[in-house]
Amino acid sequence: MSKGQLYPTEPLKSWGMAKKAREEFYLDYRDCHAKGGIRWAGGAWALDALTYGLGDDVFSITSEPYGASCAFNKDIAMKCMETAEKYGYARDLCAYMRIYWGSVLTKGTYPWGGDYPIPDFIYQDHICCSHAKWYQVIVDHEPQIPMTCIDVAPGPFMPGTDVQIKPHQVKYVADQMLEAIEWLEKTTGRKFDDEKFIEAVKTECINTSTWANICVLNKAVPAPLDEKTMYSLYVLNTLCKANKRITPVLKEVYEETKDRVARGIAAVPNEKARVMSDTQPPWGFLKVFRYLERYGVVSIGSLYTFGLMGIWEVKEDGTWGGRTLPWEKGIEIKTREQAAYVNADWNLSKPEFQHFYHPKYKTRMMTRIAKEWKLDGVMLHYNRGCEGLSLGIAENRLGLLKAGVPVMIFEGNMGDEREFDEVATMARIDAFMETLGLKKDY
Amino acid sequence: MGMEVFKDIYENRHKYQKEWKEKSGSKMVGYFCTYAPEEIMYAADIIPVRILGSHEPQNVTEPHIFGMYCPFCRDVLAQGLKGRYDYLDGIMIAQSCLHIRQAYTSWDLHIPVDFSYYLNMPHRVTNQHAKPFLRQELIEFKNAIEAWTGKIILPADIDKGIEILNTTRRLLREIWDLRKAENPPITGQEAIYMVLACQFGDKREVNKLLEEALNELKTRKLDRETGNRLMIIGSEDDDIAFINMVETVCGATFVIEDHCTGSRYFWNQVEPQEDRYAALAARYCDRPPCPTKDWVQPRDRLVWALNMAKEWGVEGAIVVQQKFCDPHELDIPAFRKAFEAAGIPTLFLEFDVTVPLGPFRIRVDAFLEMLRQEDLF
Repeated sequence: MSKGQLYPTEPLKSWGMAKKAREEFYLDYRDCHAKGGIRWAGGAWALDALTYGLGDDVFSITSEPYGASCAFNKDIAMKCMETAEKYGYARDLCAYMRIYWGSVLTKGTYPWGGDYPIPDFIYQDHICCSHAKWYQVIVDHEPQIPMTCIDVAPGPFMPGTDVQIKPHQVKYVADQMLEAIEWLEKTTGRKFDDEKFIEAVKTECINTSTWANICVLNKAVPAPLDEKTMYSLYVLNTLCKANKRITPVLKEVYEETKDRVARGIAAVPNEKARVMSDTQPPWGFLKVFRYLERYGVVSIGSLYTFGLMGIWEVKEDGTWGGRTLPWEKGIEIKTREQAAYVNADWNLSKPEFQHFYHPKYKTRMMTRIAKEWKLDGVMLHYNRGCEGLSLGIAENRLGLLKAGVPVMIFEGNMGDEREFDEVATMARIDAFMETLGLKKDY
Repeated sequence: MGMEVFKDIYENRHKYQKEWKEKSGSKMVGYFCTYAPEEIMYAADIIPVRILGSHEPQNVTEPHIFGMYCPFCRDVLAQGLKGRYDYLDGIMIAQSCLHIRQAYTSWDLHIPVDFSYYLNMPHRVTNQHAKPFLRQELIEFKNAIEAWTGKIILPADIDKGIEILNTTRRLLREIWDLRKAENPPITGQEAIYMVLACQFGDKREVNKLLEEALNELKTRKLDRETGNRLMIIGSEDDDIAFINMVETVCGATFVIEDHCTGSRYFWNQVEPQEDRYAALAARYCDRPPCPTKDWVQPRDRLVWALNMAKEWGVEGAIVVQQKFCDPHELDIPAFRKAFEAAGIPTLFLEFDVTVPLGPFRIRVDAFLEMLRQEDLF
């Protein structure tokens, strides 16, 4: 046992499997043209199950995880952002977006080698001010790329609570999806396969509910997973949440995490206190989470890691868990119309969608996590890089404090290192730890 | 009467609004964005008034809205936190940009009102499914108003609301046409005061003032040189001090604008349909869009603004951006490129709550000198 160690620990065995799946995603996207495949671009939030109806050789790149991957490499990120600025785009815009634009506009910035592979079409969705405009700007520079975008802003919706969505609101999104099928057929010249679409809708339900259930396992003390590790796992659903190739990876992660809970294996062996963060981290400075460990603090995740690609519901016993799969509630999916409706309904309940309508929904979910996951405090990242996920964050701070949850805030940027003050952030963490009565173990 | 009345309404909005409320006995609802369907509120005998900021430095919103969001939304919230709108019975927003949405949600959390409503205005307004969706959302809003006021809103009531708003729009359009003249009978500053008075006032009263103003303007001659004909492009631009400086000190005139305290607010009418809510939905989806709802190629707003620039004989455009306004930041490079390709030079200025008149004057003077160079040499 090392100094301060309270629990046994061991590396996550499924880690390598998850990393490999992630790398394959980016390589498949880059190389698929050589095999006659199609590649497309859109956000991680896009209703991508639809594109599986075009065939098994259709690969996407999701722009936010791509921006995050570039941001982890500060040199590439800077090169891309400075390019975007030279084209006249403001420095306070979404950092992922500026990195993505810069990568499209600059040679040799694809982190897996070569130039950014230009997509055959763009299929996006829009909930924050930047989502549709992100690709509108790309088409300003690459006018040959066909683009469509779905409006997904008719919520809010929190299954199992009094916040319910109305049928016409789900229908609005589903109708746009059905229209997009015709657009996809026209754009790609391929016939749409309803069976493949239905299978993808079901796969997405399984993958995103499974991820939520993995997060549920982190209620255990000690926590089997820490936030930094979770970033390498949650990312799979941000890349291809409707892809059946990642289902076994997520199942493996679930089983291993469950086993860790049963055996009392800790992510942070000196766990004495538990916190969560919020929104995207400053990707170039993930060492923040390792610094917490010196105090014996584990960050068990965040609403972002839980709810961006996990779909949740309040269960009958009042706890939060993975949303019940539609067919387990007797909902059949036999036609493309049913599949579109189910997929719209499923996505509209995404926890990370709800604060777009009011910060009170996010405060409610974070307060729930603080209680159910037995937290000692919350770290809010005032993230200058994302106007969507920082939306209402100041009210979340007030709401959490009112609910009796200690809160620390730090200001930064998920992708632009020029807006992150590492020394000041560490000093804030020191002060926060002191208020929680914690001292460094090492 | 003169144009002074509109300025007076703008500068003394709270006094007027309290008086109008008392005189009419109506409830008053503050709205945060011009996608608000005012027709439905007038149908219920509610006076809708737009909530804008006061352009004063403030220190009350820091705990509520993170400083990376636009100063305008923080200025708007500050008005509520300072109690300046304590006479409002309700608030509502039609879903628009994230920034102003926060002014609404923080208001909803911290400033008690009897009625608060978030209307799911679609973003993808050009899509065929947007109008039926909005139609249903408008009916839901109407239902909420009925539940709050106890008044059943009949088709004739909606017709009344449409008539009030369409009258405002028609009169403003007629006045705006007069601005095409070689020597417009109205300055840009006066024009903006008019639109703001419409947003702040009881339109049943303001329409009478517009009618009188239109008659006066038909024969009015201004005792000033028009100078360079400018367009102002931006988001919410009641930056009167700036407009005044350009028109009185720099020797130019704003003859047209593209922003939501100007033309974008009133440009298109509700076209009558048997289904009133479908008619309203069509109007709000088809209006000149805010950039957050303008996703198509080429941008609808850009095509519209360029046409206006040509029709109103614009020599140069000042592209104004509220600091941190993402939707506009996402359009500005495309706008500047298209305007300059059309032979209309642009000047980009970033605005905060207060206007730095000195530095802006130097930049505007330099811009105007550039426009005038053919005369110089």
